[in-house]
This record gives sequence, structure tokens and C-alpha cells, in this order.
Amino acid sequence: MSATEPRLHPLGDAALLCELPAPATLDAQRKIWALGAQAAKWPGVLELLPGMNNLTLSFDPAQIERAALEDKVRAIWPRLSAGALAGREIEIPVTYGGEDGPDLEHVAKHCGLTPHEVVRRHSQAQYVVYFLGFLPGFAFMGGLPAELATPRRSEPRVAVPARSVGIGGEQTGIYPLVSPGGWQLIGRTTLELFDPQAESPTLLRPGDRVRFVATSVVA
Amino acid sequence: MSVFIVKPGLLASVQDLGRYGHRQLGICPGGALDTLALAVANRLVGNDDSAAGLELTLGACEIRFENDTRIALAGEAFGATVDGAPLAPCWSVPVHAGQTLRLGGAPTGVRPGLRTWLAVAGGIDVPPILGSRSTDLKAGFGGLEGRALRKGDRLPIGTSRLDESQRKRKSFGVRAPDAGDAPGEPTTLRALPGPEAEQFLQAAHKLLYAEPWRITPQSNRMGSRLAGPELKRRKGSTDMLSAGVVPGTVQVPPSGQPIILMGDAQTTGGYPRIAVVIRADLWKLAQAPLGSPLRLVEVDEQSAHDAWNARQRYLAQVAQGLALMNWPGEHDGN
Repeated sequence: MSATEPRLHPLGDAALLCELPAPATLDAQRKIWALGAQAAKWPGVLELLPGMNNLTLSFDPAQIERAALEDKVRAIWPRLSAGALAGREIEIPVTYGGEDGPDLEHVAKHCGLTPHEVVRRHSQAQYVVYFLGFLPGFAFMGGLPAELATPRRSEPRVAVPARSVGIGGEQTGIYPLVSPGGWQLIGRTTLELFDPQAESPTLLRPGDRVRFVATSVVA
Repeated sequence: MSVFIVKPGLLASVQDLGRYGHRQLGICPGGALDTLALAVANRLVGNDDSAAGLELTLGACEIRFENDTRIALAGEAFGATVDGAPLAPCWSVPVHAGQTLRLGGAPTGVRPGLRTWLAVAGGIDVPPILGSRSTDLKAGFGGLEGRALRKGDRLPIGTSRLDESQRKRKSFGVRAPDAGDAPGEPTTLRALPGPEAEQFLQAAHKLLYAEPWRITPQSNRMGSRLAGPELKRRKGSTDMLSAGVVPGTVQVPPSGQPIILMGDAQTTGGYPRIAVVIRADLWKLAQAPLGSPLRLVEVDEQSAHDAWNARQRYLAQVAQGLALMNWPGEHDGN
């Protein structure tokens, strides 16, 4: 796995995509974290845009040419150790079902489980934050038990309430803000995922290990 | 020192050059969609390029100045007047306490535009959050209470570096940036191939660069949605994993109708990226009216660099002109 070199491709005239082949794995993501930690120190690299299995570097072409940046990525790649980030253990209290999780019933039906069994399995698993993206503080996490995978709603909701916990395909996540969204909503947390005034504006960070704790289940 | 929003128009918000350095937290850069316009307007009133101004959409707004100050507009002027006296874009004028800037409801530029940027000497002095005064409308922070401006809002103005005689100096202007598109012709945007360009059929590439597209009314600060022929992917193309996107990214959702992402776009996306508009042309997209035609032109990286350098040369010329008249401000040509 770690021998695989990322595909490099420009994203416009001031960003470079570094992308590992699918499927997304935690090992691959660890290499992505390691690449980001190095690249952040390079002169001319302005911002890191992590993705699932990929990292985009925004850069100032007046400070570093794309070809030179590509050379640096290729040179450092074999030497990166896929060290784990010093992630934290984070518990997220969730009220499952009812008004807070209007799609719990649907997910249970889709998975051939009872709502209580969906909650048990969802809250028993441990998740790892791969990266933040999409919205401020939105964590893309790996670790959803395969049997809970449920396709997105065919009609996305116009306004998903902030702090809703959802399942979208093979992923689970928490909406930090009111936003349109197509995930199946199974519960809601009381924790704020994003506070722009805080010293650390997001509750979750890459590498964090997350558990959902069922504080109540309405089913 | 303050300005008073008598009438905000369709969408008015506080914006600076953007909030950078936090995209790995999912925080979009936002900022003025036309940073060139904001920078020029700022220089005309002696501000740093990075001072916050107001981004106004589709005119039809009224703003009252509550102190003697100096202002400049850039972008589409919508027949702007200050107490009835016409104000052209890229002109710097003194205003008195109590005077009102009015923008009409119809564009008046040679090439009609969509948005206007207003700079006030001293800049809009809302508290910076995460390094920027820009309003993040989606996440609800920055600017004034994280929201679009409303009738009756009062915005604080910072300390200007203009002295009394500079503030009162008679009106002057600079040359507006040249879009290079003739009146009545589509807005042309130059673009580089995107990371998923090869997933699309050859026919889709031809269509993307040959057809005039139309900017639909569903467009906003997150993205310009284009209407035209359906862009189809090759059979067997796999879904991509979430990946970073930048303003200018042309992504193609399953409908086959492309979306060009703008400053308030989410930081990652999952739709294939067929192309990316070059940085030097993003301001033209910010100014292009809803419903107007748009054409994409494929260029290479060298052309993108040349175009960026031309933009920087224009800013340097503005700076030189202002320096020659001893106008204070940030005149480093950046």
C-alpha cells in the first residue's frame, strides 16, 4: 500500500492534487496526514485541502512552480512514515430516533434490523476522523459497520438541523450547521461541532477516535 | 465613524480578500468574489487591499454615510449617485456626513454586471474572526453578526490613513480592469483541464468549450450553475472519493449541467471536476449577470500564468498612478 505513489494533477493554476487510488483505507489516510504535515512547512504552500485518500495543496506559483512542488511530493513520498496522529478519544452523546432522528426507522428497515439494534451497532463501533471538509467542522469518518450502510435520501432535505447525526452510504457523520443534506438522520447530539470564536474552532480533528453514546432512543 | 444601511438590495455583505488558512477545517475562503474590484476600490480610498468593504448584489440599495469620509465603487455601478451626483466605478470621491449613496435597479455598465464593491476610507471595522472580516453566510460568522446586511444596520468604520486634505481632495479615478470581452459578447473564462477531465466523453469536452452556456438564476456565492447541453461521462466511470475543490472548479453533477464553484463553495466535493477556471478570470464570473451567456476556453498553464501576471501588472499600474499623486496606501503592486 505505502509503496503506491500518489497521482499528481493540477487543480487550476494554483493548486495540486495528490491522490491515492481507491479504496480509502486508514493506512492510506495516514500517509495523507504525513504528507500534509510535511507540505505545510514548504515555502509557497499556502493551504492544505485534505480529502478521502487525497490531499490538495494550494500554492503561490510566484513562490514555487508546480513542477518543483511535484518534485518535492515525489521525493518525500517514499520517506513518509504513516505515523498515526495523536488523536483523542471523543464521546458524542446522541439522542437517537424520534424528532432528532426521523430516519432511524427507515435505516432499520433498510438494514433488516430493529431500530434499537441499529443504535446498538452504531454506538458500539469506533470511528476515526479521516479529515474535515465540506462544511466547517464536518468530519469524514471511517468505521461505520458495513451492515448499517444505507443509501442517501432520493430527495435531499432543504435544511438538516445542526448537530444531526446521519448515515450516507457507507459513511456516518454529524452536520455542524443547518445545511441542505441527503443523509439519513438517525439522531442528534448536544455538542457544538464548530465554534469560530474558540481557540480550536472544531470539536473534531483528523486522527480523533470517536464513539457515539446513546443518551436516549425513541423507537 | 459609521455607515448606515438604508436599503441593502438583494444581498449585501461585509467582505475582504477572504479567510485563508483554515480550509483543512472545512472553512471556505469566502471573501469578495471579485478581489480585483475590492483591491482597486480600497486603494482609491487609501486603504490596504485587505480592508473590508461591502459586496452589493443587483444594485437597488441605499447607504448613508454618517461621517465625512471618502468612498469608491468598483464593479457594476447600477447608475450610482451620491445625493444625485453620478458616481462612476473606479472613482474616488469625498462624501459628507449625511450623504447617501444610491444604486439603481438596472446595470449601466458597457458590459452589464451583477455586483458592486464599495470601499470606505478606513474600511468596515467589524471584528476579524479567524483572520478575516468576511461574512461566511453559510456558517453564520464573520462580517456583521455572520449574516447579510439588513435595513437599519450600522457598520463601524476604521481609522483612515487619509489626512484632512487628502480626504477632501477632489474626485479622481483610475482605469477599470479590462474583461477583454466586447459588449454583447459572452463572458469568456479561460480554464485548465480538471483532475477528472478524462472521465468525460470526447463529445463532452467539445461541448464544454464550444457551446455558449447560460448562467442560471440558481447561482449564488457558492457557485454559478450553468445551463446547456448535457456533459456525459464515459461508461464505467467510477464515483470519486471526496476531494478538495477551489473557487473556479468546474464540477459536473449527474445532471450533466456544470457548476463553477465560487468563494463560498464547500471545501471538498464529490462530483467529477472537468475543468478549473484560471484565477485571473474568476472576477469576470463574479460580475457576469444571471441569465447571461458564458463561454469557456481551454488554455495551458503558461497562458494561466501570463494572465495572472497581466492582472498583477494592472494592479501595479494602479499603484504607480496613485503613488505619482502622492496618494497614501499599499502600493507594492501585489
